[in-house]
Amino acid sequence: MHLLSIDDLHVALGGRTVLEGIGLHIERGEIVTLVGPNGSGKSTLLRAIIGAVRPARGRLVRQPGVAIGYVPQRLAIDATLPMTVSRFLNLPRRHSTRTVRQALEQAGVPGLGRQQVTALSGGQFQRILLARALLEKPDLLLLDEATQGLDHRGTADFYRQIESVRRELGCAVLMVSHDLHVVMRASDRVVCLNRHVCCQGTPERVVASPAYRELFGPDTGDALALYRHDHPRQHDRSVGNPIPPAADTSHLEIAP
Amino acid sequence: MLDDFLVRAALAGLGVALAAAPLGCFVVWRRMAYFGDATAHAAILGVALSLLLSTSIFAGVLVVSLLMATLVSLLSGRGYAMDTLLGVMAHSALAFGLVAVSFLSGVRIDLMAYLFGDILAVGKGDLALIGTGALLVVGLIGWRWSALLTATLDADLARASGVDPKREQLVLTLSLAVVVAVALKVVGVLLIAALLIIPAAAARPFCRTPEAMALLAAAIGAASTTGGLQAAYWLDTPTGPTIVSFAAILFALSSLAGRWRLSR
Repeated sequence: MHLLSIDDLHVALGGRTVLEGIGLHIERGEIVTLVGPNGSGKSTLLRAIIGAVRPARGRLVRQPGVAIGYVPQRLAIDATLPMTVSRFLNLPRRHSTRTVRQALEQAGVPGLGRQQVTALSGGQFQRILLARALLEKPDLLLLDEATQGLDHRGTADFYRQIESVRRELGCAVLMVSHDLHVVMRASDRVVCLNRHVCCQGTPERVVASPAYRELFGPDTGDALALYRHDHPRQHDRSVGNPIPPAADTSHLEIAP
Repeated sequence: MLDDFLVRAALAGLGVALAAAPLGCFVVWRRMAYFGDATAHAAILGVALSLLLSTSIFAGVLVVSLLMATLVSLLSGRGYAMDTLLGVMAHSALAFGLVAVSFLSGVRIDLMAYLFGDILAVGKGDLALIGTGALLVVGLIGWRWSALLTATLDADLARASGVDPKREQLVLTLSLAVVVAVALKVVGVLLIAALLIIPAAAARPFCRTPEAMALLAAAIGAASTTGGLQAAYWLDTPTGPTIVSFAAILFALSSLAGRWRLSR
């Protein structure tokens, strides 16, 4: 049985169809990335999975007992709400101090427990959100553009953390991302979404498909071709090669 | 002891302050200040209706406040900005209430007592109602505390952790209606929202956790009611407004102290 099965899912928001005929299956331990233009329904699909929007039609089945960790796109905590990091991590369920410390270490931000949440940098806060998702001991980790607002190094570091989390917990990861070069590097499977699933498969296959080119334009393809040219090693990714250093990412971003 | 009207007034004030403090924190955190106002203003309509139907005023106010809060929850996010909607609702409810009161010929009611409260006239029955209501609200919020906090942070985040944000919203709406009904006698419809917001706002600069803020807000609320009651006795001023003025002074001092702490 799949960890998560979605069949023929339709979602309408305010009378407008946002998702139609979505079919998607996620297996334990794989990293799947959703790409697609703005308004293509990526966030809505994640929100349907956590149960925040009700599907108009279709099937969405989690394997029984599957724990979900969710890292939202952004979270604005009102400045009037005093909240330490450790208090935030203990919501809504309390965890032992040791577990909280471990989650902070796993997310790459050890020792931040006593800080006020509102005093954190964007990158630190994203990692706190990750730590909170990890405390749920997720079988499926959902990340909605979790690197929004992070610089190139921060983004690369964040995804490296995701990989190591996947290795340690063996959880599946479903993420929405605009960082196309990261998609190439970090995913087992890419799903290209534009209200419906345009194409899905290994990153190589998706980039080569006409549907993808049509959505993202030829420029994107060039950038990725350049990336492939520059980094032949990425073909060995499946056997667990170390990820190229973060500096490469910023180099990539300025490539034409 | 309860035969002394000042003792009854003090106990009534303390009861309301204790219930209003944790609820007021949520009102501040969720930016629902005007929501509290709208619910409170609807109370005057509740007063008029219960006089018209000769039911208990407490019950009338509770029902109308609850209806108002539910209506606002339902209408939010349907074309109008929340503050516009609340502005319309709050003042319409107050206006309709005042109009309805004027139809009550034959019944002489002291309108001022409902607008500004009449804490010195709290009887033993009122005290029992206030105590029960306050315990109910504190119990409800204490029971749902973690879920309420999670839903306050983010609806989707709550949903993903198995907390239904709509249910938690309902808990707050319900508590708000009870606090309005209970506080009507103490500060009156025009100043109930002040009793919710000011202690919570005054507590903010000194707290690192939500729990600390709720406790400190309760302490500030209690200090305001007893201090205001005492001041009103000495100065011979209306009690409800004096209590709120006292709270406002505490708020001013707290924000000055907060600034000073930051600048050091």
